[in-house]
Amino acid sequence: MANVLVVAEFSEGKLKKTTHSAITFAQTVAKGTSGSFSILLIGGGAKAASGELAGFGAAKVLVADDANLANYVAERYAPTVVATAKGGFDVVVTAAGAYGKDLMPRVAAALGAGYATDISSVKADGGKLVYKRPMFAGNAYGYCEITTPVQVVTVRQSEFAPAQPTGGNSPVEAVAVAPAGAGADRVTFVSLDQVKNERPELTEASVVVSGGRALKERFKEVLDPLADVLSAAVGASRAACDAGYAPSDLQVGQTGKVVAPKLYFAIGISGAIQHLAGMKGSKVIVAINKDGEAPIFQVADYGLVADLFQAVPELVSEIKKRKSA
Amino acid sequence: MKILVPVKRVSDPDNANKIKIPAGGAKIDTTGLEWKPNPFDEYAVEAALRLTENGATPKQRGGEAIVVTFGPPETVTTLRSALATGADRAIRVDSTDEILDGSLVAKSLRALVEKEKPDLVLMGKQAVDGDSNQVGQMLAELLGWPMATFAATIKEEEGSLLVGREVDGGVLTLRVKLPAVVTVDLRIVAPTSVYSKQTAPTFKYNDGVRFAALPAIMSAKKKPLAEVKLTDLAPDASLSIKYVSYEPPPARKAGVKVKSVTELVDKLVNEAKVL
Repeated sequence: MANVLVVAEFSEGKLKKTTHSAITFAQTVAKGTSGSFSILLIGGGAKAASGELAGFGAAKVLVADDANLANYVAERYAPTVVATAKGGFDVVVTAAGAYGKDLMPRVAAALGAGYATDISSVKADGGKLVYKRPMFAGNAYGYCEITTPVQVVTVRQSEFAPAQPTGGNSPVEAVAVAPAGAGADRVTFVSLDQVKNERPELTEASVVVSGGRALKERFKEVLDPLADVLSAAVGASRAACDAGYAPSDLQVGQTGKVVAPKLYFAIGISGAIQHLAGMKGSKVIVAINKDGEAPIFQVADYGLVADLFQAVPELVSEIKKRKSA
Repeated sequence: MKILVPVKRVSDPDNANKIKIPAGGAKIDTTGLEWKPNPFDEYAVEAALRLTENGATPKQRGGEAIVVTFGPPETVTTLRSALATGADRAIRVDSTDEILDGSLVAKSLRALVEKEKPDLVLMGKQAVDGDSNQVGQMLAELLGWPMATFAATIKEEEGSLLVGREVDGGVLTLRVKLPAVVTVDLRIVAPTSVYSKQTAPTFKYNDGVRFAALPAIMSAKKKPLAEVKLTDLAPDASLSIKYVSYEPPPARKAGVKVKSVTELVDKLVNEAKVL
């Protein structure tokens, strides 16, 4: 029997969808071990964000709302996760985004717990939890067990479908914010420069249009019309980000974002191993590249060897034509 | 500033698709793949060098960068190559990957930090073999130090660092007072990413990590390299995570090449039914 603590992620009083993937994990483990799960929200605006969480079958929704925690800093958030986890939880989980990957190893160390990051599935095997996780840029999957009494994990959002409300009305309880951890007095939040984006979130979009270095300074000019007509998110290869053609938060790959949309366009992307690690899970992959030998064609369902500066505008008008037909 | 830089050797990440998993999935076989320094750790070494020099006069050291690795005797190669690019001395903790996990490495590093008393531990955000992204954060917690993970920029101030972190959807800037742990992301080696107090704000580095000149490779052989037993740092060497088996990723079916944009759209509409 495992009791799971889900650490929710939200910003400006609004829940992030990553949380629903972590809830799916918790539901799976609770069901497989006849256990239960609760959801914890920490930070300024936690109360506001907690509203929609009562309907997922959680034993409790725990809210540590404190205006002093307006901005996330691991040293100030981790102690509340740790204190809550010590109240009878066996597994602590959040999604494997920048937030979870920053916070959770710190929580694990404080709990003396083993940690498995970026897991893509979980199996309750005779009471034991076995986690599957990608390694070597997705070129191998390891099955692992955590041997400590408490286990801390982050889940890969693209592999855990967002939880749907199951009805019910979980009790919402306020919990005290634990005193700041060691080191907290030596770290100050300075600023968060967010890239304003009208498009769907890269990790949540059902269509992703990604561009590589071949687009050069015309990255936006060429890709935006295609993304517009497909209501797609825009991604980029590491090479395009490093060269400054695309902002770094668009990077898809081993160390960037991992996406698994219904349809993925790789445009002017050669297909380096670390890029493939971030998009190989896509349902349908289309590659457009003028080099017919580019490795991207080995994973593409549909490959077009062409000059992208001609092919992409042509593609945009062809899709528009069919849509209006 | 005194900086400790943990580094790891990994199987050549540019050929990670050539690793093999024998039937039964008992292990990952990397035979035939060259050992390379973990790219993120190379970036951490570069960032450490930038923080302990004036960018305009890099031959003159303005601090100390100590590299440490956990591995068998052959991993001295990894340490020597970091020494050749400019690191000042090295420590090898005798062990093998099989007897380590992230928690144990973090515990051992804590013991080493308590002995060496650096102002900063600077390391890659993750090793590209296990892809776990954990040791820096764990170490910070064990030491009770502040941390800044996934750093894209570091600017040294009086007794603190201003760190720009790559997060989902933007850049989060933190100020951490030393001593602290910082883990670095890809763009930390861009020309204007790292500034020590000595380096002029207008100075621009070459993009990427620096390479070792031949004389530096020779003189690196004379730089101090200490060896430590794992049990001296972590008497309890038990592991908290156990891998029971491995499997290769599912293979993607070979796709088709289309001849024109019209054919592509036809296929997407009629065959894949995704448009």
